[in-house]
Amino acid sequence: MNLNATLIAQLVVFFILVVFTMKFVWPPIVKALDERAKKVADGLAAADKAKADLAHAEKKVVEEMRKARESAGDVRTSAEKQASTLIDEARAEAGRIIAAAREAAEGEAAAAAQRAKEALRDQIAILALAGAEKILRKEVDAKAHAELLANLKQELQ
Amino acid sequence: MATAGHAPTASEYIVHHLTQLNTSGHAQQNVIDWSIINIDTVFYSVLIGAVSLYFLWRAASKATSGVPGRFQAAVEILVDMVADQAKGIIHSAESRKFVAPLALTVFVWIFMMNAMDLLPVDLLPRIGEMFGIPYMRVVATADLNGALGMSIGVLLVCIYYNIKIKGAKGWIHELFTAPFGNHPLLYPVNFIMQMIEFLAKTVSHGMRLFGNMYAGELVFMLIALLGGTATVMGFVGHVIAGSVWAIFHILIITLQAFIFMMLALVYIGQAHESH
Repeated sequence: MNLNATLIAQLVVFFILVVFTMKFVWPPIVKALDERAKKVADGLAAADKAKADLAHAEKKVVEEMRKARESAGDVRTSAEKQASTLIDEARAEAGRIIAAAREAAEGEAAAAAQRAKEALRDQIAILALAGAEKILRKEVDAKAHAELLANLKQELQ
Repeated sequence: MATAGHAPTASEYIVHHLTQLNTSGHAQQNVIDWSIINIDTVFYSVLIGAVSLYFLWRAASKATSGVPGRFQAAVEILVDMVADQAKGIIHSAESRKFVAPLALTVFVWIFMMNAMDLLPVDLLPRIGEMFGIPYMRVVATADLNGALGMSIGVLLVCIYYNIKIKGAKGWIHELFTAPFGNHPLLYPVNFIMQMIEFLAKTVSHGMRLFGNMYAGELVFMLIALLGGTATVMGFVGHVIAGSVWAIFHILIITLQAFIFMMLALVYIGQAHESH
């Protein structure tokens, strides 16, 4: 453990190595580290933003789904309403048609019955006149007793 | 010693291993002799510094902010550790541009020089002997010149920042008025205290590293002597003690490099603060 000029040499070497490190080793590594730190920070921020966007989009999807469901429900109820209206209308129409048909049939039937009655009455009146003529022969003047006969006819009705 | 024809004694072996290869060609006689330079210390510290910085530089020149390779990631962990420590101790971002790389250099360089201790103690010196090199010490930090050279380097940086931050006048004013107070009678006391403080800081800074590595190296040599007895007991003892000490030494070399770096940061940080 003696001291000699090695000390000075070591001192010089020391500063040469320090200056070399300061110029060529330290700055690139620190720069790379800082850049990487920035990249990582940016990446994390982007990931956070993407997560927020996703949450937002999911919320929107839920909202849209809710709206779609709502409008589908609306469409269904209105369709049902319309259908039932149509059915009701059709039923009413059918009722009307049936009623009209029945009325017409009844009218026709009544008219036919009336006609048959009238025809029958006429026939009866004719038969009665013919019978009375046969009984009375000449005594009955058709013209003179037309009123009488008409009355008789009236009564037969 | 090995050329003497007989096996060296234990003390000859140790002394031989603790002798530096210097420009005088034999062991240094005086405690301080500025005409001598230790070739082995300079060679290994420059070589190790160059190799370490080459690898750091390769990592730095290929550094991307994308996905790092394993080597780049390892260097980044190291740089990040040093940058964090520097940030905690030195608050001036401008100073950190110089001081943080200084701390990284000191840590890596000292760690690598210390790690030379883990090579078998006789390996490189014996290879050197084959090429006619009589002495060789491979751990540059176990040479007091190596350790003190670096701690004096840190001292110079401290002085530089003292003057830069406080101005020459401000620093001289502080040298005479701190720590006891601004009074003409206290000027000499203050100045002496400040000088002692600088001296103690620097010497203890270098000596701590040197002492630890020197002692560690010595223990490796003693363990090697155990194996050198060429007995079963010696062999088993060498294997067990050598393994245990080497594993423990991994902690010491890392710790000493870290301590040296941290103290350098603390001392330079103190140069930024006014008393």
